[in-house]
Amino acid sequence: MAGTLTFDAPDRWNAFLYREETASFGDGVLAGVPVAIKDNISTKGMPTTCGSLILEGYVPPYDAHVVTLLKKAGAALAGKTNMDEFGMGTTTENSAFGPTTNPVDTARVPGGSSGGSAAAVAAGLVPMALGSDTGGSIRCPASFCGIVGLKPTYGRVSRYGLVAYSNSLEQIGPLATTVADASLLMSVIAGYDRRDSTSVDRPYAHAPSADIRGLRIGVPEEFFGAGVDAGVAERVRDAIAVLEDLGAEAVPCSMPSMASALAAYYVTCTSEASSNLARFDGVRYGPAVDTRQQWHAAFREFRGDRFGKEVQRRIMLGTFALSAGYYGKYYAKAQVARAQVRADFARIFVDADVICGPTMPTAAWRLGEKSDPLAMYLSDILTVPANLAGVPAISVPCGRVNGLPVGLQIIGRHFEDERVVDTAYAYEQEACR
Amino acid sequence: MVTQTEIDDIAKLADISIHKEELDTFTSQFNAILDYFDLLDAVDAGPGGETAEYNVFREDEVEPSLPQEDVLALPGNCEDGFVRAPRVM
Repeated sequence: MAGTLTFDAPDRWNAFLYREETASFGDGVLAGVPVAIKDNISTKGMPTTCGSLILEGYVPPYDAHVVTLLKKAGAALAGKTNMDEFGMGTTTENSAFGPTTNPVDTARVPGGSSGGSAAAVAAGLVPMALGSDTGGSIRCPASFCGIVGLKPTYGRVSRYGLVAYSNSLEQIGPLATTVADASLLMSVIAGYDRRDSTSVDRPYAHAPSADIRGLRIGVPEEFFGAGVDAGVAERVRDAIAVLEDLGAEAVPCSMPSMASALAAYYVTCTSEASSNLARFDGVRYGPAVDTRQQWHAAFREFRGDRFGKEVQRRIMLGTFALSAGYYGKYYAKAQVARAQVRADFARIFVDADVICGPTMPTAAWRLGEKSDPLAMYLSDILTVPANLAGVPAISVPCGRVNGLPVGLQIIGRHFEDERVVDTAYAYEQEACR
Repeated sequence: MVTQTEIDDIAKLADISIHKEELDTFTSQFNAILDYFDLLDAVDAGPGGETAEYNVFREDEVEPSLPQEDVLALPGNCEDGFVRAPRVM
């Protein structure tokens, strides 16, 4: 069954940063299926820039573990998709190589940071793609583009070969047009890898089931609070009603830790970024630094010129949060707040099997509409809790507001990715009837 | 409240040069974000939940790695099997 695929459909959305004209494929469960890969996942012999000028032209000498698994499964690698630089953004406008547009409405953002992967799937250029999710970067673009995106339980998918931004939060996961395809891609990429010290031996071999009779759904009031668009809230409540019609039971609940979750998230991810991105100095990979200059002067100029503003801001916020005298105020407190988020989930999951709410507070906004960094951060409020706790979460399309897609977010217990997928599948099957 | 001078110092620590004309915007955006982070002041420093910590490191044994020629093909500045870096002195 092995063969070759040709990719010639025009990319009118700037979804790809690098595209293969032809790709060979082998035998396996993904034989002949084109899969696009987010540009922060290392691909041997294929450029990997993370959407940054600091890695322009960099070609990794090895494959990420997930890429090795895709090749073994027979997938045809279609190319590398656009993203917010190093995953830092909610719209894909922070790419050094221009924004991706939303195939649903090209005047609008596709979400981010895996916006290229989501747009490539939504536009029909590929049926499935890999993204990474540090604080919503798979679920947000899935929601904005009207497709399915799964952030797996932390540890279930190897991060070996994923260019690190915030190690304790991020996971690689699937984006696809249907829940079944997302589940299939998840079955290929999940599993133990000794090269990732946080890898857990919990493979995913699951065929989605639409039987959710008796499922208890926690509905936190905070997911429908201030800042959540009324139309979005209505679509999501309608979707929960559909799940109830299928035999599930909705249970109101509360997540008080949401009050400080976003601040805890941004302190944590910027702190980890300040350390992780120290390696980009123009010495070992990517464009070369000017070696005639003095050590720090050369690095400062190089990183000042080649990192985008948002990346610079987050590195500096992290540097500040970890500095002597401020560590206790920011980082230490953020870790307490993070533990409180985990504790809230644990408490809710005693009485509920999954939690449902909107993926994003609003539908996709216009390109260039949000320029204030803090306003942009605030739109991540509903996605970051799952990353802080390491629990699985999926976004599945649940209708539209003013013609724009809305995502239903389903969050589950650790290692219950299967239940999250089943709940999304049940909704999708009923909604598609 | 962080001043422009402090922003300049943080930028130096992070090895990032900020253009003078951007310093004003950078400082005000930085302060708006830090103001938001003050929400964490309300977080009780007491126990927030259980965390599990255990050693995930393998034994320090030499294992096969990437071939040297593949790795040395990456840097822009390379000589006699070494990577060239900026001047230290």
